[in-house]
Amino acid sequence: MIGIIGYGSYIPKFRIKAEQIAHQWGKDAESIKRGLMLQEKSVPGLDEDTITISVAAAKNALKRCNINPKEIGALYIGSESHPYAVKPSGTVVGEALGIVPDFHTADFEFACKAGTEGMFVAQALVKAGEVKYAMAIGADTSQGAPADALEFSASAGGSAFIFGKENIVAELLFTDSFTTDTPDFWRREGAFYPHHGGRFTGDPAYFKHVQGAAKAILKKSGYKPEDFKYAIFHMPNGKFPLRVGKKLGFTNEQMKPGWVVNLMGNTYSGSSPTGFSATLDVAKSGDLILLVSFGSGAGSDAFVFKATDKISKVQDKAEKVREMLADNPIYLDYGQYAKFREKIIMNE
Amino acid sequence: MPSPKYRREMPQRYRLEAAKCKKCGKVFFPPRLICDKCKSEEFEKITLPENGKIVTFTIIRVAPQQFETEVPYAIAIVELENGVRLTTQVVDCNPEKLKIGNEIKLVFRKIQEEGKTGIIKYGYKAVLA
Ligand SMILES: [Zn+2]
Repeated sequence: MIGIIGYGSYIPKFRIKAEQIAHQWGKDAESIKRGLMLQEKSVPGLDEDTITISVAAAKNALKRCNINPKEIGALYIGSESHPYAVKPSGTVVGEALGIVPDFHTADFEFACKAGTEGMFVAQALVKAGEVKYAMAIGADTSQGAPADALEFSASAGGSAFIFGKENIVAELLFTDSFTTDTPDFWRREGAFYPHHGGRFTGDPAYFKHVQGAAKAILKKSGYKPEDFKYAIFHMPNGKFPLRVGKKLGFTNEQMKPGWVVNLMGNTYSGSSPTGFSATLDVAKSGDLILLVSFGSGAGSDAFVFKATDKISKVQDKAEKVREMLADNPIYLDYGQYAKFREKIIMNE
Repeated sequence: MPSPKYRREMPQRYRLEAAKCKKCGKVFFPPRLICDKCKSEEFEKITLPENGKIVTFTIIRVAPQQFETEVPYAIAIVELENGVRLTTQVVDCNPEKLKIGNEIKLVFRKIQEEGKTGIIKYGYKAVLA
């Protein structure tokens, strides 16, 4: 049996409300809040990036399991906002956590699904017996272009998962992936903001791949939607995951604990992993959980987990996702937000 | 350019590694080679606790050029749970509302960027616990 032995998340303390962004660009906040189902989103501090978010999430994952970081043999960080174009985030995080030097690491990039791809590789290495423990992190500090719809959603945060064979809190039962070449969303090297391909973003991208992966894993596992206690679908906005879940036969009740997007925004590689982390925060022994990510480009990874009787012993050992969302956020106005996200041109 | 000193200091800056005198037990952060209390040269490596409280602080309103867009910000002397004191920035808060005795936690953050094309330096800062 293999699975997750420790999990943890981190969401920066700063927030901006949809009203602030709508006001800046003369848009109607109420229709955004209704249409995209987004109230506010997290904003990274000036001294935060994918590396610091990864370290914070990983420390929470380590708090939930009693292992020596030196025994982690592989570390993969999935992000589309690695601070360096060349120089891995994984080495800094490995150094900060005390994993160095006997470990494998490389940075993953696959739009919003780089984190779950890291989870797939991490679990595979543990399963194969190559390493005792492997850690996967999905984290991002993503940017939407000013006045673009993405600006209401692109946010910052991340989650970390440690896989192992003993003291498992959520057993991994099945995995699957559904991936094609789809030009729905991209950012070229050196470009500050991403582009999205208009009519490619909905049905041919998100819905096709999330449904493709979900249907494949349901078939592979033999489970039906009603067998699951919880389900998490990637959250580019509030509406898409609820709509795709409904199409697949899941209820809002099953999706509720992991649907954190209305308060957190879309943390890209950290989106569905953080929804999953929030779900693990409330899961009970025996609960079946479906996790389906989506990354533009495009692909979806699907996982079926089953919480074990050890889950209740670790939930309180680190701060929970809902606690982080509620814990005294500091609200920014648009001007402060533009400064925090370095959208203001400064004199060199 | 990245300095050899930055690389050398990573264990203390990244992981709060300190040196504890094997003879008298005094903890040094940053680590040192000779104990100033008992002159022993034998130390064991320990990791400092992340939690502590603010002993005193000052609010920086006129900062060095590199940090001038971050004012006002707080620099504090904090005392960790094992009694070790260190100086650090306190972030994610309104500095005007800080108080001596506030409980803090040390976190891993960006400290400095060597311009837009240089190395990014990381280390510890404090946030309210
Ligand atoms: Zn001594």
